[in-house]
Amino acid sequence: MPDLSQDLILAASELTLAIGALALLLLGAFIGEKSARLISILSVALLIAAAAVAATGPLGTAFNGAYVADPLAIYAKVVIYIASAIAVVLGGGWMQRNGIERFEFPILIVLASVGMGMMVSSGDLISLYVGVELHSLALYVLAAFHRDDLKASEAGLKYFVLGALSSGLLLYGSSLIYGFAGSMHFDAIGAYATANPGPGLIFGLVFLICGLAFKVSAAPFHMWTPDVYEGAPTPVVAFFTTAPKMAAMVLFARVLSEGFLQAHDQWAQVLILIALASFVVGAWGGLVQKDIQRLLAYSSIANIGYAILGIAAGTQQGLQAMVLFMTLYMIDTLGFFAILLSLSRNGRPIRSIADLAGLKEDRPVTALAITVLSLSVLGMPPFSGFWGKYYVFGAAASAGYWMVAAAGLVASVVAAFYYLRIIKLMWFDPAPAGTAATDRAPFESQWIGWACAAFSSPLLIAGLTWLEPLTRIAATGFGAK
Amino acid sequence: MGAIPNILSLVTFLPMVGALLILVGRFVAPSGQEGIARWVALATTLVTLAVSSMLVLQFDSSNAAYQFVENYVWFAGASYHLGVDGVSILFVLLTAFLMPLCILASWKSIETSVVDYMIAFLVLETLVIGVFTSLDLFLFYTFFEATLVPMFIIIGVWGGANRVYAAYKFFLYTLLGSVLMLLAMLWMANKAGTTSIPELKTFAFSPQAQSILWLAFFASFAVKMPMWPVHTWLPDAHVQAPTAGSVILAGILLKLGGYGFILFNVPMFPDASVLYRPLVFSLSVIAIAYTSLVAFRQTDIKKLIAYSSVAHMGFVTMGIFAGNAQGLQGAIFQMLSHGLISGALFLCVGVVYDRMHTREIAFYGGLTNRMPWYAAIFLMFTMANVGLPGTSGFIGEMLTMTGVYQASTWTAFAAATGVILSAVYALTLYRNVMFGEITNPALATIKDIDLRELVIFVPLIIGTIWLGVQPGLVLDYTAASVDSVVNAWHLATGG
Repeated sequence: MPDLSQDLILAASELTLAIGALALLLLGAFIGEKSARLISILSVALLIAAAAVAATGPLGTAFNGAYVADPLAIYAKVVIYIASAIAVVLGGGWMQRNGIERFEFPILIVLASVGMGMMVSSGDLISLYVGVELHSLALYVLAAFHRDDLKASEAGLKYFVLGALSSGLLLYGSSLIYGFAGSMHFDAIGAYATANPGPGLIFGLVFLICGLAFKVSAAPFHMWTPDVYEGAPTPVVAFFTTAPKMAAMVLFARVLSEGFLQAHDQWAQVLILIALASFVVGAWGGLVQKDIQRLLAYSSIANIGYAILGIAAGTQQGLQAMVLFMTLYMIDTLGFFAILLSLSRNGRPIRSIADLAGLKEDRPVTALAITVLSLSVLGMPPFSGFWGKYYVFGAAASAGYWMVAAAGLVASVVAAFYYLRIIKLMWFDPAPAGTAATDRAPFESQWIGWACAAFSSPLLIAGLTWLEPLTRIAATGFGAK
Repeated sequence: MGAIPNILSLVTFLPMVGALLILVGRFVAPSGQEGIARWVALATTLVTLAVSSMLVLQFDSSNAAYQFVENYVWFAGASYHLGVDGVSILFVLLTAFLMPLCILASWKSIETSVVDYMIAFLVLETLVIGVFTSLDLFLFYTFFEATLVPMFIIIGVWGGANRVYAAYKFFLYTLLGSVLMLLAMLWMANKAGTTSIPELKTFAFSPQAQSILWLAFFASFAVKMPMWPVHTWLPDAHVQAPTAGSVILAGILLKLGGYGFILFNVPMFPDASVLYRPLVFSLSVIAIAYTSLVAFRQTDIKKLIAYSSVAHMGFVTMGIFAGNAQGLQGAIFQMLSHGLISGALFLCVGVVYDRMHTREIAFYGGLTNRMPWYAAIFLMFTMANVGLPGTSGFIGEMLTMTGVYQASTWTAFAAATGVILSAVYALTLYRNVMFGEITNPALATIKDIDLRELVIFVPLIIGTIWLGVQPGLVLDYTAASVDSVVNAWHLATGG
């Protein structure tokens, strides 16, 4: 029987965050509203410290198997914490400029990160649910953070109601699985599923998948995404599209390939349907969008479809592909949102795609950065996004899903149209007469955007040569098939 | 002369270095960079031409193996694998040869965003040379796909009135074609356990697999080529692109399709190539006859030449799949020669377009009266396009027809109509634009070509006639590689 201190050391990164968040909350309550900037800085430091703790921590399982610290969890945590830290930086500046700076914002992101750390480390159904709820509750509040804004409040409420529904599905599925398998642990569920494959367990699994598909906003459970992305404050959306998606995808992969590897044939069908639906909704739905954030919501749906395809492969290669794809996609989206935050005309943020027209005239570097990021998300070689898709389609193809991979590729050609439209507006079209020049860009969002674009550009394609082995290590041991 | 280490990487990435120089200049000093950008671009393309000429001189043409090979482990199981054989080296040279001419042709006609234009062209040159030098599946795909981006920008920013439509059509059409190729590549890498093209050429895929893989690659290259009926993007792209864009499109980018057939379809899937040969022959004959007739009815000079390109590419596809040395040699020769001739024809259109800003055939007439030098040059390339003996166009068509005749007499017979039809539309065009009296008063003051334009045309004239009189220059280089491809084909199919 391992002693408690051993368990606590394994969970050190979440403990750091949780204790740190509580301390910051006290500090904020003590100093008052003026403390927002200080707390932002401390939160970033806390998240980076937690990433360092996670990266250097030992491997093992804790709390009787409820908590797992394996390479996948550690990789995901480092990525998630860094993305959260960037979200704090982006959000802090934005809130300050819009006069809604509050010290709760960074703390909510830290609390969400605790939940995400739990999600990627969960080894049984209880910690899965606790992790999901912990991060979701923080996200609901964040969505409505701009509380005087009608759309933001609407987004928060919509997100909350649908999120609660999906939590219900998740919980119902978990209870069915527990009822049939007699255990909460993924290992034990896996052993039971191998010995007694039956419809009851699969029934529970389908509910579980539906609940998780809600969280990653895969079609047909995507309905909330465009509205929430349109309404919520831009830096919050930047956060939504990155870290929580990564956490939910890793959790998705862990449940399916640890607990239900033997039932791969059954759940792969479900996932493939979800992936196909996401391709179609994401690609065709994005064609008619006028609002950039709505467009990015559809782009996110399509890209989540690709990531799910990686899980559906059920192999180690597929898992590696998913992790690499999500990492590269996160960098692209963070860059996109950072640039979006850096653009405004006469103090009004750019929200409509058409507002990008003629951007190359006054902001050539930013126009170049958006071009690189668009091409990367669209999957053009040699930009980094192509290599993510290359891995995913390679994994899907070698698992035998040829037609699904072909469908995904065709959908990516359709989606290419809306990324090209962004490029077209910036480079081909002049700005309409009377358009004001863009305002001076805030330092942090502009540089974060440029840095993400530089990462995705072919000049840094070498970046993949070190990222790729890391994802390979992260995926070790998964998907025995 | 000592060999330069990594000379292929040098040739491939030299233009990129020039592009980066211009890019840095653009951000260091945002204004007044137009002149510098032009000269840097010209110098870069000329150095690239010099280095690639050295490459050709050092090449051992008696050896069918890949030469100047560079092979480094990359990631994702792919490798950075470069090398040239007797076929690809000539395309590298063609690219390096046409690029300085394109820069010169854009010297005055491009007035907006000159700096960006030069960057786009240099990037495009790197990518195109990269396609011809890469010997790894995914490296090839990377370069092949990436060419779409600068071309999209070139058409979309500096193109004509309907440029956005043409740019989208160009991009999406070719992207759809090549995603199928990507899937086939993933399958091949998975099956054969290697991404090296020379190794894959010796890997025997089962006939069923071949028949599917062949179609996937065909989908990509046929769009690029372009073959009937997937050629419809080309006239739009050509008409809207700026002159130099058209030259690159017709002169080099179309050749990526033919080169792809020679690199992948024929050597890797010989059984499927035999199986689908009737399909290729039919499509080629339709392309030759049908698009020639379509060309005849065009009212826009550029569109006419674009359709004539489709017809000439019909000869190429036919020759590639003839399955004998003459056919393949002819196809390669035809591609190189068409690179020069169609490039020159688009430049000829550019000359009058720069002066009059219209390409309507009806607008012109009687230009011989005012522009005798121009008329002579245009005549020379019109004749080369028709395939007059003594020009390179004749050698290409004749060799292809000889090769195809051995494979299928009827195909050769039907294709021969194309030779006549090409004379019909080309001579009609020439008569309408050049002969007669000047009836349009706008043309009364049109000036003959100037020195810069003459400098552009002279190398093309020399190239066209030299290749026409002494085709051995090219054929000696390609012979060894072509023989090895044809022998492998016969070995694999037992024919």
